[in-house]
Amino acid sequence: MALWTTLTTPLIRQNPITLQILGLCSALAVTTKLDTALTMSVALTVVLVLSAFAVSLIRRHIPGTIRLIVQIIIVASLVIVIDQVLQAYFFDISQRLSVFVALITTNCLVLGRTESFARSNPPLPSMVDALGNGLGYSLILVIIGSLREFLGTGALLGYQILRTTDQGGWFQPLSLMQLAPSAFFLLGLLVWAIRSIRTEQTEPTEHEAPRVTEPAE
Amino acid sequence: MADTGPFAAWKRFLALPNDSRGKTIAVAFAVATACAVAVTGATAILRPIQAANRAAEEQLRLESLIAAIPGMTDLLAQSEDGAISTVVVDLEEGAAAEGVDPASLDTALADAANWTELSPAEDIAGLGARPDYAQIYILRDADGALQLVILPIAGQGYNGTIQAMLALHGDMRTIAGMTVTQQQETPGLGARIEEPAWQASFAGKQFIDDLGNLRFAVAKGVATSPYEVDGITGATRTSTAMTRIVRFWLGPDGYGPVIEAMRDGEF
Repeated sequence: MALWTTLTTPLIRQNPITLQILGLCSALAVTTKLDTALTMSVALTVVLVLSAFAVSLIRRHIPGTIRLIVQIIIVASLVIVIDQVLQAYFFDISQRLSVFVALITTNCLVLGRTESFARSNPPLPSMVDALGNGLGYSLILVIIGSLREFLGTGALLGYQILRTTDQGGWFQPLSLMQLAPSAFFLLGLLVWAIRSIRTEQTEPTEHEAPRVTEPAE
Repeated sequence: MADTGPFAAWKRFLALPNDSRGKTIAVAFAVATACAVAVTGATAILRPIQAANRAAEEQLRLESLIAAIPGMTDLLAQSEDGAISTVVVDLEEGAAAEGVDPASLDTALADAANWTELSPAEDIAGLGARPDYAQIYILRDADGALQLVILPIAGQGYNGTIQAMLALHGDMRTIAGMTVTQQQETPGLGARIEEPAWQASFAGKQFIDDLGNLRFAVAKGVATSPYEVDGITGATRTSTAMTRIVRFWLGPDGYGPVIEAMRDGEF
């Protein structure tokens, strides 16, 4: 039961992207198409789960002075291995993801989970937590990726659903959706929607604008 | 009572305080070793598959490069026997290589004796050393006259090696096309050398003037002569690198002797 909570909490309630606003760079860059978003999601989830497992396994013996370096080395090695696997078996997609797979190393989400959770918990809960966070990240990527591909090209996973005007249909593709800013807009709208439904996520206002009294006539 | 047995030392080591100097160094070393083994293993095991992928992509690009040159698809369709032949050339001699064919090229290039060290003055493409043999592709028309020659070229870009294919018309003066097969330039700036629109601007450019001087250049801005292609905004280093790579390979240390021989009809 506790594991189930660990797994489901990061999906929406503690979502790494929409609540913690982590891992944005890759989330914006790889979501022009659904297939790249899916590949990136799987790659990140695998790296996250494996690194959580490795860090949690040696958690009692990581010297405090070099703990970040040890974690980053583990994450970086796993990322290289995943990148090599993608280049071998998913050559086409790995070409399109270019540097973003390698940049998983610097994704705050991975280091954040190993540092805050895996370092102080046994392997099984750590992996479940990592999986939950990976799925939370994937959920947002898939939503944004689908919207951008569908609205931007009228297709999903390369299958044409709405015939565009170029092909003699009625659908005028929104080219903006294929550009980076649209990912910001969609993400902003998504955060707004989630926080409107789950009001507990709304952060307290940090500053109050100073009240200026109108000068009397 | 001293603890004995094979695991005693290991247990004593694990029992050390985490922040002791010895344990810190030992853990760092162990993690580094384990990671190195994982990375090396993955790279070594997967390399053949990746090489096959790249070769297949190269073939595809070669086909698309040829298809992009006007009239080329018709020409290919007309000629019965496939027309494109793969030839290994000896860059030193400027002739077809003797004793080396496409199948044995890799073995030949594994031998350091088949590479020529370049002096800094010669090495404008940043290669360090140049292979003595190269595999090129030749397309002939029905009479056996040269129609098109495709030369693989490479050199140092801004972030890493740029590999490309350069197609020359049978007159050996005009570029017929160019396509980049591998690059690691800055996404959005230098990486725009991959854009088909920019690559298409190579077609029809002359790389040599009437006096026989090598003239090709990527312009700083808009091209102003028949020897130039437009520069890429914000990617001066990549543009310069492309100029140097093309010039090196068309020059005396690259395919120069081969091109000379072809122009004289010796091929």
